[in-house]
Amino acid sequence: MARYKGRGMASVNYPIGMNLGGDPSQALIHSNPDGKFTVALSAIDLGQGMKQVTRQVAAETLGVPIEDVYVDTADSDTGPHDMGSFASRGTHRMGNAVIAAAREARGVLLEAAAEELEVNAADLVTDGKGNIHVKGAPSRAITVRATAQAAQFKQGKTIAGRGIFLIPLSSVDPETGEMNPNTAFAHACLVADVEVDDETGEVSVLGMSSAYELGRVINPKMVEQQLVGGAWMGISHALYETPEPYYPNPDHGPRDFNEYLMPGPGDLAPYSITILERPAPDGPFGGKGPGEMCANPVLPAVANAVYNAVGVRVNDLPITPEKILRGIRANGGAKPQARRGGAL
Amino acid sequence: MAKVPVQFRLNGSDRAAFADPADSLLTVLRRGLNDFGPKYGCGQGTCGTCSVLIDGGLRLACLTLAASCEGASIETVSGMADGPNLHPLQTAFMEHFAAQCGFCTPGMLTAAKALLDRNPNPSREDVIDAIAGNICRCTGYEPIIQAILAAARTLPAQRRS
Repeated sequence: MARYKGRGMASVNYPIGMNLGGDPSQALIHSNPDGKFTVALSAIDLGQGMKQVTRQVAAETLGVPIEDVYVDTADSDTGPHDMGSFASRGTHRMGNAVIAAAREARGVLLEAAAEELEVNAADLVTDGKGNIHVKGAPSRAITVRATAQAAQFKQGKTIAGRGIFLIPLSSVDPETGEMNPNTAFAHACLVADVEVDDETGEVSVLGMSSAYELGRVINPKMVEQQLVGGAWMGISHALYETPEPYYPNPDHGPRDFNEYLMPGPGDLAPYSITILERPAPDGPFGGKGPGEMCANPVLPAVANAVYNAVGVRVNDLPITPEKILRGIRANGGAKPQARRGGAL
Repeated sequence: MAKVPVQFRLNGSDRAAFADPADSLLTVLRRGLNDFGPKYGCGQGTCGTCSVLIDGGLRLACLTLAASCEGASIETVSGMADGPNLHPLQTAFMEHFAAQCGFCTPGMLTAAKALLDRNPNPSREDVIDAIAGNICRCTGYEPIIQAILAAARTLPAQRRS
C-alpha cells in the first residue's frame, strides 16, 4: 500500500458571455443635483464585484471621482433591461453598456458646463477630482457640482446618458456549419499536483499553479479574490460535491451540509496565480473578466493528475475514493504514469 | 402555545421579547428584536452563519432555544463595531477581501472574535480550527484566514503577551 504523486494540467479557452439575442445589457446614468451620479443596472452583484467594477468604469468615463458614483441594482422590474449576471459576462457586457451611458452623460455635462463658462464644450476637460476646466487654462473652471445645479435649476437640462451593449448576431453558415458565437475569449492554464492513496482511494491536492489571461484587469484585488475562491470551488467539484452520487439512482444523496461534502479551511492547497493582461479590443478598457473560468480548469487538471498518479481515468465527477479504488482494482493495481515537468 | 417573556442583554442593552417556547434564539433576534446580523442559513447547525456569543461562548443561534437565554449576555455581529469605529476584525476583513457574497461573514466574524477573545495570538492552525464550523462558498477560506491573522497582529501588544 502506498501513496502515489501525480501531476495534471488543463487549459481553457473561455468565451465571455453568450450570443443568443445579442446578449444585451443596458445602463442608465443620471446626475443628482449635488453633482453625484447614479448608475442604474438590472444585473446584480453576486459578490463577484460587478458593482465595484461598473462603478470604476463609470467614474473613469465620466471623469469624476469614484466616490461620486453610486451603482443601483435594486430592481429588475423598473431598471433598464439586462440579460443578467451569468456566463462570466458582467465586466464585459455591463462595463460596455456603462461606458456608452457614461459617454452620453459626460457629453451633456460638458455642454452644461460650457454654457456656464461661455466656452465651447469641445475645449473642456475634466480633472477626475470633481472639476471641469478649459483645456490648458485650469483657472477657467467650474465644479461638477455647480454644473449639475445649473443644469437642474437654471438651464432645465437633465445630465443623463443611455447605454446598451449588443454583440453582432452570428448566424450559422449553411455550407460549413460555422458560426462565431463569441467576440471575446479569456484563457487559462492550470497545473495540479495530487497525492493518491491506493489503499483508501483518497486524493489530496498538494498544490496548484495557474496563469490566467483576462484582458485588462480592472480591479486586481477582486480578480485575485475570484481566482482563489473559484479554485477552491473547482477542487470541491472535482473531488467532493454531488447531490446524487449514484445518479440516476437517487439513493445515498446528501441531506444536509454534514453529508454534502466540501473542503473546509483545513483542506486548502497552496495556490500560485500569474495574471496576464491582453486587452480585448471590444472590452471595457480592454477587460474580459474571470467569472466561471476560475473554477473550470481545476476539474480536468485534477482528473489528469489522478490518472498520472495511479493510472485510473475517472470520467464522471466527483472523483470519489470509491471510483478510484474500483479503477485500481480493474487495472490490477496502481499504474503510475510517466511524469513531465520536474519533481512534485 | 402561550408566549413566554424572555429578557437578556443584547450587545450591551437590556432587551425583552415574547417568544414561543419553541422559538430559537435566531428567530427572536431576527423577528422579535430586528437584529438581522446573524443570518438564517441551514437552520440545523451545519453552516455557522447564525453564530453568536452567549456569555462569551460561541453558540449557534438556530439551535439555541430563546427561552434558555433568560438573563444571558448575547453579542451579535451587529454590536461588534464601536459606533463608527469598526472592530479590528471588520477592518481586516475589508482589507483582505475576506467577503464576497457576504452571507457567511457574520458567523465568520463572530467565530473569529470568540477566538481572539480567548487567544489573542493565534497560529494559522488555531484560526482554521476556530472557523471549521463555518461554511464559505465564495472565498476559498484563504482570505478569511489571512484577515483573522492580520487582525490579531493589530491587537494591542499587552493582549498578545
